Amino acid sequence: MTEPIVEIRGVSKRFTKRLDVAGKIAQKLGASVREETVHAVDNVSLNIQKGEVLGLVGESGCGKSTLGRVVAGIHAASDGQMFYKGKDVRGLRGADRRAATLAIQMIFQDPFASLNPRMRVEDIIGEAPRMHGIVSAAEAPDYVDDVMRKVGLDPSLKRRYAHQFSGGQRQRIGIARALAVKPKFLVCDEAIAALDVSIQSQVINLFMDLREELGLTYLFISHDLSVVEHIADRVAIMYLGRIVEMASAEEIFSDPRHPYTKALLAEAPRLDQRRRQFEPIVGEIPSPLDPPPGCTFHPRCPAATADCRKIVPNLKAGRAGRETACLLEHVKTV
Amino acid sequence: MTDATTDSAMTAAPLAKVETPFQRFRAEFFESKIATVALGIFLIIVLLAILAPWITPQNPYDLAQVTIMDGRLPPGSEAFDGYTMWLGSDGAGRDLYSAILYGLRISLTVGLASGVIALLFGMAVGLIAAYAGGRIEVLIMRIVDLQLSFPASLVALMMVAALGKGVDKIILALVIAQWAYYARTVRATALVERGKEYVEAAQCLGISQSRIVFRHILPNCMAPLIVVGTVQTASAISLEATLSFLGVGLPQTEPSIGVLIANGFEYLLSGRYWISVFPGAALLLTVVSINLVGDHLRDVLNPRLKK
Amino acid sequence: MTAVLEISGLKTHFFTHAGVVKAVDGVDFTVSKGEVMGLVGESGSGKSITGFSILGLIDQPGRIVEGSIKFNGSEIANVSEEELKKLRGNRISMIFQDPMMTLNPVLRVDTQMIEAIRAHENVSKQTAWERSRDALGLVGIPSPEERLQAYPHQLSGGMRQRVAIATAFLNKPDLIIADEPTTALDVTIQAQIIHEAQKLTKQTGTAMIWITHDLAVVAGLADRISVMYAGRIVEQGGIDDVIDRPLHPYTVGRLGSVPTANRRGQRLFQIEGMTPNMLALPEGCAFGPRCQARKAACNAQPPIEDVEGRRLRCFNPQRVAEVTS
Repeated sequence: MTEPIVEIRGVSKRFTKRLDVAGKIAQKLGASVREETVHAVDNVSLNIQKGEVLGLVGESGCGKSTLGRVVAGIHAASDGQMFYKGKDVRGLRGADRRAATLAIQMIFQDPFASLNPRMRVEDIIGEAPRMHGIVSAAEAPDYVDDVMRKVGLDPSLKRRYAHQFSGGQRQRIGIARALAVKPKFLVCDEAIAALDVSIQSQVINLFMDLREELGLTYLFISHDLSVVEHIADRVAIMYLGRIVEMASAEEIFSDPRHPYTKALLAEAPRLDQRRRQFEPIVGEIPSPLDPPPGCTFHPRCPAATADCRKIVPNLKAGRAGRETACLLEHVKTV
Repeated sequence: MTDATTDSAMTAAPLAKVETPFQRFRAEFFESKIATVALGIFLIIVLLAILAPWITPQNPYDLAQVTIMDGRLPPGSEAFDGYTMWLGSDGAGRDLYSAILYGLRISLTVGLASGVIALLFGMAVGLIAAYAGGRIEVLIMRIVDLQLSFPASLVALMMVAALGKGVDKIILALVIAQWAYYARTVRATALVERGKEYVEAAQCLGISQSRIVFRHILPNCMAPLIVVGTVQTASAISLEATLSFLGVGLPQTEPSIGVLIANGFEYLLSGRYWISVFPGAALLLTVVSINLVGDHLRDVLNPRLKK
Repeated sequence: MTAVLEISGLKTHFFTHAGVVKAVDGVDFTVSKGEVMGLVGESGSGKSITGFSILGLIDQPGRIVEGSIKFNGSEIANVSEEELKKLRGNRISMIFQDPMMTLNPVLRVDTQMIEAIRAHENVSKQTAWERSRDALGLVGIPSPEERLQAYPHQLSGGMRQRVAIATAFLNKPDLIIADEPTTALDVTIQAQIIHEAQKLTKQTGTAMIWITHDLAVVAGLADRISVMYAGRIVEQGGIDDVIDRPLHPYTVGRLGSVPTANRRGQRLFQIEGMTPNMLALPEGCAFGPRCQARKAACNAQPPIEDVEGRRLRCFNPQRVAEVTS
């Protein structure tokens, strides 16, 4: 198998709210304050091949956005390693490090908060390429024009400010900003969720076009199953910080194996189902501050057994090579 | 291949020209008549104060021009030198109109200077606290908290007692009394901005930390700073007046508004109201107009980034 | 079937500094007892404003300028605040997108629910408490007695929305207006909320208007659907007619751009252009600038007419195949 462009091994990310001096004193005096740790991402391993679209699906609190930020280099992982083109990113220095930083870019969810309100579009897009010497100051204006055209924006608008554009256009500016540093890998964190529905298909098409034209690789994070089904080659399903199932898009959507995946697919509203009787799984999504022991899904799982409460299932290949993190799946042979 | 997507995004928002954030802000500010009038009044006051030497009949600091024979004359009386004292004169014979304008010069200078210096210093401290985090932030913010738990007038009094009289010492005292407000405001805003996605994007793009702080975060912190700045300036002006009123501010020979009010205090009960009331009214007008401007600024500068 | 709500010619305009925004500009529909009407549109379509107009919740600079809203036969558009207060929370309830809009963060759940009951009926606190507890049980909240004592911030988003729904059903209203109630919730929680709402409407025969941008949700839930664009209804009819055989190019476009309607890996059918600027709508059909089927006639405002078993506002209706191929 060819070397993956990005690989993460055993990555975890924890956020701890430390106690300050006052808190520590209170704790010593017996108050029930304690350090709270959110296990946002828990022992995740993934590899992504060049040119592939890996869909990452999950609900709130599953850690998909945090994982995306770790891959993009915005958060440092608490445990585990990340490899770009085979090299451990933590060991990189100087020009190599910068190349790795620029190669992985992120498209954010909120088209309003992700652009600096005080910068003109030409600066938003042109700042990083100029800073890193990708283009000289003289070449920059034409370069910015080219990038804008590539994402479907009129270059004559580049002296405007972000607030003068619609949501869909702002998202295109965000994409242009990422493309301007010639990345190889894009992390799209719910990049279309905040857009009007009639604009979403335009931006999805843009992603697909850019993938073909520029040979990009995507980590496509979304809660919208139908979009992921359409655009992704492989899909990973996350629940409370862990990957519970990973397979090709066709396999996951036609034959889900993990109980959570099955529930997610069954409960997503579909256009062809009328006056349906929704039969949802019970229970709330647990708080990542206090995840259930063993398999994190067991309180809501219709098939949970006593073991599920105690043992943490790892992502393992079961029947027909399908990877799931479910004890019941691991023991099945047919 | 991207033609279809290009066409759909080509038509831009209906604004025909580039609108800078400043132009938009300016248009919104002048929507409020009250704030516009208040700004006008404040600017007139500043103008009068600047032009004081040319538009007043008397220089009240020049002892040669002041004669006790003119003392305590009611408004509209004629002075020894022949000009009309429209606002009357104080106990020492100073024409109140002249004294108020000259006094405003001092009050405004002290207020604005201390405001600006406190802003710069507080902003630097607040930014450092927000960005450094950890122990440094805790240390700085506890000092800020400590400082803010004392009333500003008390801090100013203590500083003046320690430093002595004089314009520069007053300014220093007022800076020490005020910087903490700015520090706290900037730290809070900088923390909020730091969590925003455009800062994460800048990190992703490999932009240096210092550039992020000064080029990305700081410009977006200016809005609340400006609001605090206007209100604090008004507060500094009245603080200086308080100190002078209590006799620990500026010396008698360079009377600011506070000194004038103090001077007239003893005459209030004997019916010579004008000696305190007119300087008081001038101070009131100045402080209120700044506050009205600051109030409207707060509404206009509120983040309107949501759809 | 008895009509619980009859809206005709509703126009709600906002008189802003920048101009007049005709947020709702000529809307007609009827909701019958026990029926779920889906009101679908994007931002700026006027769907939420329609819902607010029914309850008279339009603030300055907006107001209902024209039209009639008949509730159980009586006119309620522009009646006095007193009259409206008697209806709100009592005969007509509303569920909002953000449950914190319904729930007061400084009051406990039981306080709020008891207050909602006693505002309209003279019952003892004990009776009201029992009804609240029963209502929470009906929406599937486990251990309702404990939850009653909680503050809203102690509950999760899904739980809060359930409390909001329970509160809406407390006084057994004839009509419930649900404004994007599940948009901010996760898929699994959304399914639960829709399930509860569906169950309750069947049990009580309450009519419901479900406002959303999500066609898939409406398809599974509603009996009839009204599609709104730029303040007007462009297509309206039975759910099967509109979803399976749409005629308006906007509806066709929306249905055609859904990923499941396209082949995997192929470019999606996309509606061109941008969402309309409500301050600068074109002269004729508001969808015109984005419409693939636009003709010269579309420079005039199309009237809404009966076409193939539904109401349609279009001079040049399309079949799906004509547009998406």
